[in-house]
Amino acid sequence: MDNGSPHELSAAYALDALDGRELEAYETHLAGCEQCRDDVASFRATASALAYDVDLPPAPETLERRIISAARAERPNVVPLRQRLAIPTAAVGAVAAVAAIAIGIWAIHLSNSVDHQKSIRKDQKALIDVLSDCTKTPTEGSSGAVCVAPTEKAVLIADSLPAASPGKTYEAWVIAGKRNVQPAGLFRGGAGRKYVLLTKPVRPGTTVAVTLEKGGGVPAPTTAILLHAEVKPS
Amino acid sequence: MSDRGEGGVVSLRGRRSERSQTTARELAHLSDEAVVALVARSDEQALAELYHRFGRLAYGLAFRILRDDALAQDAVQEAFLGVWRAAGRFTAERAKPSTWLLTLVHRRAVDLVRREERRRTEPLQAGTEPIGREAPDEAELATQRQTIREALRRLPAEQREAIELAYYGGYTQSELAERLGEPLGTIKSRMFTGLARLRDDLGEDTRVEVGPA
Repeated sequence: MDNGSPHELSAAYALDALDGRELEAYETHLAGCEQCRDDVASFRATASALAYDVDLPPAPETLERRIISAARAERPNVVPLRQRLAIPTAAVGAVAAVAAIAIGIWAIHLSNSVDHQKSIRKDQKALIDVLSDCTKTPTEGSSGAVCVAPTEKAVLIADSLPAASPGKTYEAWVIAGKRNVQPAGLFRGGAGRKYVLLTKPVRPGTTVAVTLEKGGGVPAPTTAILLHAEVKPS
Repeated sequence: MSDRGEGGVVSLRGRRSERSQTTARELAHLSDEAVVALVARSDEQALAELYHRFGRLAYGLAFRILRDDALAQDAVQEAFLGVWRAAGRFTAERAKPSTWLLTLVHRRAVDLVRREERRRTEPLQAGTEPIGREAPDEAELATQRQTIREALRRLPAEQREAIELAYYGGYTQSELAERLGEPLGTIKSRMFTGLARLRDDLGEDTRVEVGPA
């Protein structure tokens, strides 16, 4: 019988070379061993590098569609593309629960990587931060929504505003009263959905609006409001 | 940032198209982490983008382990669905999305190979599939492959053998001990020493990844 240190098992674990009782015993050990969790995280990264040493037969063309269909089927209320910010609330079933446990274990096992964090582009991160925890208010006038995070950072989502003609730009406004209208970002519009990270905080009770202005933007709106959303007082 | 508009606008067009891949590429300017964050919002387009970035690699890995198209597809599908289900709990600070996904693919493929007893470890015939012709990251993939292959080659033969049989063959450490006629402790330490050496050789961060720079 082997009485080696359980620490040594981090490699086997990262290579998925444990099963049955060995696996259970090691996962129990992991829960209380920070060093092992760090080892597993870095070994996972190393092990996944091994994936690159494979022949690459073209993946079957139907596989992508199959995955997307299966994904859609799993969440019957999946937000269609045009409203994809709606928050899915459906329970996704026992299978998902298992996956959740797996990801929980996974997350615990992974350590920080500063470099990795740095690689995330700042504005994308800000956008994603807002979108991942925000309250959505639909816009009126033209389809869209305003998503406000608890930090009062906000993202305006504009659907299908036609592209601003040359020399023009859409300008977002945060309106807290007749005398308090602040420019909050410029965007071009165009086909599909646009996400605009607003440059001003959006407090409860204020209104976010969009007008079409001359290129470069203006300090105060000069044209009719195209879409607006009043963010409800919390 | 190819698709950046003025004033903090990031364009994430949501147009649906016949070919989801075409649509998917509209997210091509986002980082892997951002794509996963959108997947967490049940964004099919983001899932398609993730597939575009890693699907072929995932399939290649699953196929290497399983040697069976249908099973490899199952493994890849399960892995992507795993991401779909759990993306909301993914913590970008803690791992690269590619590592996460490939770990899911590997785990699933290994589960299947054990169940199917299909594992084989002999390499595919050399040059079965030419690398080239599809995605723009082909050259990068080939470079990554060369890097890992050379690093493997630098390992002592018995460490390399243990790692390859485990990772590509799906053998458990106990099975390996039996197959190689070595004590379990020997196998454990070969894996540990070999993988630690590989990690050091590849650099601590194991910066092997595909997708847009």
